[in-house]
Amino acid sequence: MAELSFREAVAAGIAQEMARDETVYFIGEDVAAAGGVFKATVGLLERFGPERVRDTPISEQAIVGAAMGAAMTGLRPIVEIMFSDFLATCWDMIANQVAKTRYMTDGQVSLPLVIRTANGGGTRFGAQHSQSLENWAMAVPGLKVVAPSTPADAKGLLAAAIRDPDPVLVFEQKSLYGVKGVVPDGEHVERLGSARVLRDGKDCTIVALAAMVPRSLAAASQLAAIGIEATVVDVRSLVPLDTRTILGAVRKTGRLFTVEENPRLCGWGAEIASLAADECFDDLDGPIVRITTPHVPLPAADVLEDAAMPSVERIVETVSRSLG
Amino acid sequence: MSTTVDRTSGAEIDRPTRLRLYQLMVELRGFEQRAYELFLENLVRGTSHLALGQEAIAAGYAVAMRRDDYTFCTYRGHGHTLARGASMAAAMAELLGRRNGMLHGKGGSMHLTDVAHGAMGSYAIVGAHLPIAAGAAWSAQVRKSGQVAVCFFGDGTTNIGAFHEALNLAVVWKLPVVFVCENNQYMEYTPIRSVTAVEHPAAGRAAAYGLDPILVDGNDADVMYDTARVTIARARAGHGPSLVEALTYRHGGHSRADPAKYRPEAEVTAWLERDPIPRYRTRLLEAGLPEADLQAIESQAQAKVDAATEEARNGPPADLAGIERQVFSDGGSAWRN
Repeated sequence: MAELSFREAVAAGIAQEMARDETVYFIGEDVAAAGGVFKATVGLLERFGPERVRDTPISEQAIVGAAMGAAMTGLRPIVEIMFSDFLATCWDMIANQVAKTRYMTDGQVSLPLVIRTANGGGTRFGAQHSQSLENWAMAVPGLKVVAPSTPADAKGLLAAAIRDPDPVLVFEQKSLYGVKGVVPDGEHVERLGSARVLRDGKDCTIVALAAMVPRSLAAASQLAAIGIEATVVDVRSLVPLDTRTILGAVRKTGRLFTVEENPRLCGWGAEIASLAADECFDDLDGPIVRITTPHVPLPAADVLEDAAMPSVERIVETVSRSLG
Repeated sequence: MSTTVDRTSGAEIDRPTRLRLYQLMVELRGFEQRAYELFLENLVRGTSHLALGQEAIAAGYAVAMRRDDYTFCTYRGHGHTLARGASMAAAMAELLGRRNGMLHGKGGSMHLTDVAHGAMGSYAIVGAHLPIAAGAAWSAQVRKSGQVAVCFFGDGTTNIGAFHEALNLAVVWKLPVVFVCENNQYMEYTPIRSVTAVEHPAAGRAAAYGLDPILVDGNDADVMYDTARVTIARARAGHGPSLVEALTYRHGGHSRADPAKYRPEAEVTAWLERDPIPRYRTRLLEAGLPEADLQAIESQAQAKVDAATEEARNGPPADLAGIERQVFSDGGSAWRN
């Protein structure tokens, strides 16, 4: 078991799959010679050469469109969209073309492609470089969506995404890139559509994603110190969604809290809250509570950004007040 | 008007090829006319965008393409899809929303696709398929398959960003793709010249990508076939993309909802005189092809359209079970366990 940073694990995941499958290609802005603006793809150009690891112009529509054309004709492309905010510039390609073509052609076209993107806040980049946009993708039928919270998952979920026969968006929370963690040696592939229970506790269930997972775990430790035992579930995969694990935890604990980095409206937690209300109503002992960023663009200044995003303190305070 | 492929004699095109060009144009015309009639009968629902008058471009390229080359076209794509050999009955049934439709009723007129015949899709968001065609060409390039992607689009597409992104990337990566602008003079309802910075929306921009301007008569099947041969050969030889502007005219409106009253009568008359089909027929007769051969092609095409219509009309309605099929590659639409 090696200890890797999240960014090293991303590169290791791509390398693992490129070595295994010669139809895997990787393109994006500054990903080859520079190794990515977040240095998550360092060494790939040197190892796999300029044909398979390629820099593109600043042309997000061309990047995703090219990946789609290549995926429908025999390649398994991986593309990087430097910041998830830039998905807005190629959303036609993703939501209208990539997501719908299999359905509209009733299965004539397969699109095994991966769109990786740096997502989320915590880096003081302001409202156009900090958004948590996984809910945009989750809302479009035909897309699979994952968001790893650890280096091991950064590698394993990415590898699973690359092997998947459908288009997968991988949201890499950018403040996690420097986080280190143990990654299994050898080939490491996770399964899409499986959530993970990281901590068992009888009093409530806290469901979190990506950078909100470590914050929820830290909050659970503090809650334990005041006598509240929380189960913490890492959602990991929004589509497919492991409702069995998530709702199973809700049934056992009787309370559900979601911790979401996204602004309030239509976050992934709203969907989970709706499922819990539909399917676990009789097991619930109190209201479902969503802990989110307020419904505002993310501000830039450190004090503002920190206050806007769900913090460990806010999670502890909200859960303890709600259970108290 | 300057043209780099300027020929009208057709002397170097052999007789079977010319007959094939004529046959295809007549078939595509027959299909579109029938689609319009079925719309008047209220059998074709939704919208449809006919390519009446633009048949020479589809025929010229399809005849010049290799069987495994890729076609990407727009929502005005019935002709391009059929020209590659897709089933006319399946296309007609798709317009009628039937179970025997090409896409089993799930795509409709604007999305005809027949991957088995290299028809890689009809795209209904203006400009989207240019980068996608470039991607198919990228794939052909790295797989060293020798395939070429041909991407057809309207004049209005030249003013959307994806046009620029795709052209630039295709040139930088020297991709085997041919971009064919069908300049039918109108972007939907608006004259293209009134909303475009240059006189020729595609050819006038070629220099921006280091490409030669290619401006051709899109209503001349021989010219289109020659243009196709030249540009496809260039792509297949590894010399990179071409950008062709083919001048043509939409005989009808933008879509079935549009009677096209905004077009000056003199303009319509002048273009109808340049209708690619009678024009080519006259030329073939002058070249010594027997009238009987052309009549045989015409009656066979009509019979083919009739048979396709019959098969389409006899199809059952689209299968309701299809609603939740083929969102994902497991054949279903499950987003949860």
